[in-house]
Amino acid sequence: MIGLRARWRLFRARARTFSEHHRSASILITMSIAAVFLVVLPRIPPFSAIQSENPWYDAFANAGVYVLLAMGLNVVVGLAGLLDLGYAAFFAIGSYTYAYSNSPFSGLDLPFFPMLFVGAAVAAVFGIALGAPTLRLRGDYLAIMTLGFGEIVPIVFVNSDPYTNGTNGIGGIYRPEALPFFGEFSPLTSFNYMIVMIAIVTVAMMLLYRLHDSRIGRAWMAIREDELAAAANGINTVVTKLLAFALGATTAGFAGVFSASKLTIVSPDQFYFTVSFTVLAMVIVGGMGNIWGVAAGAFIVFLIQAVLLKQLSSIAELLNVPPIDIGPIHFDLVKFDFTEYQYLLFGIALVIMMLKRPEGLFPSRERRAELHESSEGALDDELATGAAGDA
Amino acid sequence: MADVLNATNVTKRFGGLVAVHDIDFSIPEGSIVSLIGPNGAGKTTFFNIIAGIYDPTAGIIEFHGENMIARSRRAWLEPVLWLTPPAILALITFVISGTGNEGLTGLGILVTVLTLLASMVTGVARPPAYQRFMQRFGIFRSARPNDMVVAGLGRTFQNIRLFANMTAMDNVLVGMHSRLKTTWIDALLSTPRDRREEVTSRVTANELLTLVGLKGRGDTVAKNLPYGDQRRLEIARALASKPKLLLLDEPTAGMNPNETADLTRLIGRLRSELGLTVLLIEHDMRVVMGISDRVTVLDHGERIAEGTPDEVRKDPKVIEAYLGTPPA
Repeated sequence: MIGLRARWRLFRARARTFSEHHRSASILITMSIAAVFLVVLPRIPPFSAIQSENPWYDAFANAGVYVLLAMGLNVVVGLAGLLDLGYAAFFAIGSYTYAYSNSPFSGLDLPFFPMLFVGAAVAAVFGIALGAPTLRLRGDYLAIMTLGFGEIVPIVFVNSDPYTNGTNGIGGIYRPEALPFFGEFSPLTSFNYMIVMIAIVTVAMMLLYRLHDSRIGRAWMAIREDELAAAANGINTVVTKLLAFALGATTAGFAGVFSASKLTIVSPDQFYFTVSFTVLAMVIVGGMGNIWGVAAGAFIVFLIQAVLLKQLSSIAELLNVPPIDIGPIHFDLVKFDFTEYQYLLFGIALVIMMLKRPEGLFPSRERRAELHESSEGALDDELATGAAGDA
Repeated sequence: MADVLNATNVTKRFGGLVAVHDIDFSIPEGSIVSLIGPNGAGKTTFFNIIAGIYDPTAGIIEFHGENMIARSRRAWLEPVLWLTPPAILALITFVISGTGNEGLTGLGILVTVLTLLASMVTGVARPPAYQRFMQRFGIFRSARPNDMVVAGLGRTFQNIRLFANMTAMDNVLVGMHSRLKTTWIDALLSTPRDRREEVTSRVTANELLTLVGLKGRGDTVAKNLPYGDQRRLEIARALASKPKLLLLDEPTAGMNPNETADLTRLIGRLRSELGLTVLLIEHDMRVVMGISDRVTVLDHGERIAEGTPDEVRKDPKVIEAYLGTPPA
């Protein structure tokens, strides 16, 4: 038993060294494996019993949008330490950009893949426009400012009727052009969307990891740790923060374009505070600062929200869970609609999380060290050096 | 010997409190100069002015003969200059919109907005070319801390300000930030330049860690290092930016005599091996008197004495500042 565990440890250590030295390659390998799993899983029993293939693929594609959003927000909140409560605004801007370029409302029909970059660029422009004058603010003040921006953007979309079709939003958005091997994007199956999403997430993850491991990534982390010390070490804090903000917005822009093309409708109510909040919660649950951890966290949280809660009643029905009667309380799991209590459950989960595992499910090394002072590593160090320096 | 740093008439007021009053101060190249004085004498404030953290109320600080820190001049002109190009474009767009050509108007609006954004970003980022351009209009802005680092100034803090949750190696690499040339685009594309620089900078960082006596501790998270090592790491981080002038704010505070002696030797080596000029704030008189070429004494924000360690030690004003006036 011990031999097995030692072997597992060795394997993990080797895998870590490999992934640190060949980041892009290891991401490519991991994501390929994940892609195969995502294609195959819905067809095998425990999963195929919950729902059929297409709803699964649809859920995976939608989860991808949130994975992308969470990875983008992670740059702003997790790496650079800027609390952004209005992240959905950039998502909205990306979505509306695609809606303009591909709908009967504007009469345009531009190709999807170039628009992916245009949407991201437009979101980046707004990110810079918002960030340039305001990134001198710190902490709470910045959070309030982004919160305000996040509220303003959907309200602008609601009120500028002639340009955005108001509360009704822009409908009938055209789907992307057919892919070479996978064929048309049909409304019946989201398989192609899922494949495209996996590709986008893979590329985004590679690029973000490259930044994370570079001089820029270190500068972000330095600013998160101590802004004054970062400035006193030659980091132009305003520019570095602006870059984080712009990159976060860009990622949200990608997600927005994709989501608009998938839902074929954009309306302001898709971009209210709940979206910003959900993405922020995903970043926290996943493990702030750790790119793949945040992606995995977002994926899991989204699937719990979109699949598990929705199907929980039918699972209960399948298992024949009897209704519970305690005095006047009648609780029937089979007829209970869990999705109505989604945010309540979410809140409870977050509270438990903050108490029991504040660093998130998959924390980065720095966060784990920060929140668990007497962790193994620290203890080892202390034993190794003694307390000689504490004179 | 040329002066690395030259401060003239530097004054700093916080509201009614004069923290630093009319100080003239210069640091000759290759020397170790100490700044001493009782608590609250204004030493750290003066330090922070030199490092670009506080703007002085009056006075000028020249670094390598270049005027770096002073009160800003004609700062109001700067936003005006930013706004000029987009304003002109907006005017042109307005004229075009009068002709009723919708496409051209839309293009005009787009170009105007993008120009506004571009000038705003340049104004925030302040690249060197922009600063030279602004100087032509007689605009002077005091240097920010990061500008001072680029100019060749490294510093440590009185209360250690390491990036506590990053490894020792990463701390030193952050210190190297201003000397590395890879941009975010290089990093995204993982260009050969980026990879080469990443390797060489790690080698340099290891050398620096070895120099300060932290060999092999590169992977330790900074806050898990013993106190003395944290002080050393802060020095390594400051050295990483290849400074010409190193500001050390109480480097031996909280150290035991052995560690203090080690650190004193290290400071001596920094001068002899790296050719650094050092400005030191220190309370431990054995350190100050042992390695300083010149000592300046501050009290209540004013300079009360300056000279070699021996001269300062005998100065009645200094004795008075530290021990009080003898009873009559």
